[in-house]
Amino acid sequence: MYSAMISSAAQGRPFVLDEDDADKVCSLSSGNNRGLAVIKEAFAATRSDQSKIKNQKSKIPPASVIPASHLAVRPVPEMVSSGIAEMDALTGGLPRGCLTEICGPASSGRTTLLLSAVAAATRRGEFCAVVDASDALDPHSVAAAGIELDRLLWVRCGKSSQKKSPAAHRKDLATEKNNFNSNSYHAEHSLEQLLRVTDLLLESGGFGLIALDFGDLPPQTARRIPLTTWFRFRRAVEHTPTVLLAIERQSSAGSCSSLLIKLKSIKMGSIKTRPDGNRAYNQRINLPYLMPTHAQLLSELEITAEIVRSRMDRKPVRSAEITFTSKTAWAG
Amino acid sequence: MPFACIFVPNFPMAAICRAEPELRTQAVAIFDGTPPLETVFAVNESANRAGIASGITKAQAELCSQLTLRQRSPLQESAAHAALLDCAQSFSPCVEDVAADTAILDLAGLGSLFGTLPEIARNLLRCAVDLGLEVNVAVASNPDTAVIAARGFPGITVIPSGKETECLGSLPVEVLFAGQPGALKAGNEKKDKEKRSKLKKEADQFLETLDRWGVRNLHSLAVLPEIALSERLGQEGLRLQQLARGTASRTLVPVEAPAVFEEAIELEFPIVLLEPLAFLLNRLLDQICARLAARTLHTQELRLTLGLQNLTGVNPELDTCGIPSASDQAAESQSPAQHFVSGRQCKFSRTIRLPLPMLDSKLFLKLLQLDLNAHPPGAPIMKIHLIAEPVRPRSAQGSLFRPPSPEPEKLELTLARIAGLVGESCAGSLELRDTHCPEDFRMQRFVAGTVQPDQLRSSSEPEAGKQAAIAAFRMFRPPLRAAVTLENGEPVRVACSKKKEAQGNVLWKAGPWRSSGDWWERKAWARDEWDIALQNTEDVALYRLVHDLLGGGWFVEGAYD
Repeated sequence: MYSAMISSAAQGRPFVLDEDDADKVCSLSSGNNRGLAVIKEAFAATRSDQSKIKNQKSKIPPASVIPASHLAVRPVPEMVSSGIAEMDALTGGLPRGCLTEICGPASSGRTTLLLSAVAAATRRGEFCAVVDASDALDPHSVAAAGIELDRLLWVRCGKSSQKKSPAAHRKDLATEKNNFNSNSYHAEHSLEQLLRVTDLLLESGGFGLIALDFGDLPPQTARRIPLTTWFRFRRAVEHTPTVLLAIERQSSAGSCSSLLIKLKSIKMGSIKTRPDGNRAYNQRINLPYLMPTHAQLLSELEITAEIVRSRMDRKPVRSAEITFTSKTAWAG
Repeated sequence: MPFACIFVPNFPMAAICRAEPELRTQAVAIFDGTPPLETVFAVNESANRAGIASGITKAQAELCSQLTLRQRSPLQESAAHAALLDCAQSFSPCVEDVAADTAILDLAGLGSLFGTLPEIARNLLRCAVDLGLEVNVAVASNPDTAVIAARGFPGITVIPSGKETECLGSLPVEVLFAGQPGALKAGNEKKDKEKRSKLKKEADQFLETLDRWGVRNLHSLAVLPEIALSERLGQEGLRLQQLARGTASRTLVPVEAPAVFEEAIELEFPIVLLEPLAFLLNRLLDQICARLAARTLHTQELRLTLGLQNLTGVNPELDTCGIPSASDQAAESQSPAQHFVSGRQCKFSRTIRLPLPMLDSKLFLKLLQLDLNAHPPGAPIMKIHLIAEPVRPRSAQGSLFRPPSPEPEKLELTLARIAGLVGESCAGSLELRDTHCPEDFRMQRFVAGTVQPDQLRSSSEPEAGKQAAIAAFRMFRPPLRAAVTLENGEPVRVACSKKKEAQGNVLWKAGPWRSSGDWWERKAWARDEWDIALQNTEDVALYRLVHDLLGGGWFVEGAYD
């Protein structure tokens, strides 16, 4: 049954008429000036119908449909330090209960950022886990970053995949692309292990930071992770105090990540060396071959980070970049 | 001073039924002896109704089709006896181990803890049922009266002080001689048998005499004149009369129950699959956990020993059907599988060590299942023996301001599952060794212990904020072999077939940094390291190039990232 609303000039409030009544009123009003009494009768009838409708409306719970203007603002997640002051200034830290992606090419500083975040978490007394798809973590870098080793769980994926079944080995030998197939098999096996281990760790709970490191896997392999897996991770980590961090070459989680940080590849100018002597100045490498190679010492790397996506606030993300330096462990 | 006695009627049968509860509803006979002279040692009520009696030969008993025959198991009897002592010890520290089937405990001062004497008796009965034992409980003012009442009356009996003679009067005189001699211990079986036969002979003489006198119950014995009795039966006769009157008095001889928590099942038919094994393990773990809980103890180590069927013509060391290989055994440091042959039976052992004391039978079962999945025994299982090492429960105080940490039980299960996925040596925490060799580190067990507040270093500390990030290094495991073009002894071009990114012209280089070590051992190493920048299509990447001075090859060891 349709309804029509008519404003009553006399009473200054709307009346709701049923379709039949509205037609009746329209026909009456457009008719040949029939008597006001007839209109009054019609309005009297509509008043009674309106009261019925009001009674029906009162049965609907008022909170069932929330106006868009009254939607509650999603609570801002707690941010924790990433261990690098410049990064904290840029992003506000790493969000708890969210997925953060750090992507970039080789030598862009992804692992440096990861280890800094883990070191900061272990300094806070939290337990961390690094799920390492390509078994690439360097123990000496871990120690140099200031990570408390007994609070770090390191899961090395892909090692068991090196023991291939004889059938798979024969199959590889039979094909010309032996090397490619082997690498692809290892990468997929590692990735499968990484995802399953991450599921287990998220289910276990209690970790302050869980880092998924598949920075050495080919992007085409990483892109095969179904989006549903990322959604599952996001749901699992939601409302927990865990920071879920993914290190990769290219972003693969799509909209599931709350924060996406892109690290840019280094340029020759960003490699700083210190002459291997007592001279207290740094020299840019874009002046090569001035010194013999044994007189140079890699001391610093300039890392450039950019926020690509952030869900931390409702404002549109502005393009923001920072550059910070990371020192080598032996630079002092 | 009240005493309670816990008595397990038909103890060998109770021990068997404790291990296999489904036998409670069946006619069961237990046989003992050396083949072929095996005789029925104990029967339950159903078997008795079917006409099976103790003393008949096994061959005769086998004629009864409904009868289930089991061999007497000293290990299960020992476990049942230990459970009986645990039940008593969970109420009072003052417990006397009277016999394998009988324990007495002193109830003095327990009223405020456990209530009145009938309530204590009910709780004792409930606790024994939880431990898998069907017992009689009797409470009396002296230990011997409690023992006689427990052996004579089923269920719970509370004898008020001063009414012992009246209460015990209806019991037959045989009850004075009932009971099993001390706990069965391995190696003492011969002595036990001798002692048992001697006691039985004496008891038969007394019973024959009393029968001739027409004394058939304790009331008849209690009313006999003391002097006349002592003239005919000596001091032993007087002691028996005091027992019958309930006036015998003695001091309780408390024992410290040994903290041995072990359970075992010997199987009639071998188990081949792990799934049915899990059911049996679950039963054993439930019993062990109940016993540990009764003593307020937890465990930190579980030792599982499986007796395997010795397959003829198969050397268990060479059997590859699930038995871990030498490399597998070398890889696992925590719980190496032990395969050894003792006599004609092959045994397979697994040990599960826990980082913290725990008491959760479901968790233990999962851990054992995961471990056996990773290391299957490799032969049909004939016997299961499980031992738990008892430790005091861990004490931890929670705090509102302590950072979150994984629950130890959940974490242990998660680590076991992860180990099943990636391998036992591939999950854990790092331990650096005191050496310059770059790959010399060790994986150790990850333990999420509690963090003390004084151990925490705030990330907002000035030093933490000011500290610059340390450039990290990513290892390529194994290092990538590379073809390096040298110019004046310095690398100018790198070609790496396994990684396309790690090849190209060298834009910048620093080095060589020479290091060597372990020259006194077989695994000596010596190398030159170069830090190089390689130009990829668009990007520049920093790698570490290593020249193996002993082997002579060039390798890309990793990238700075």
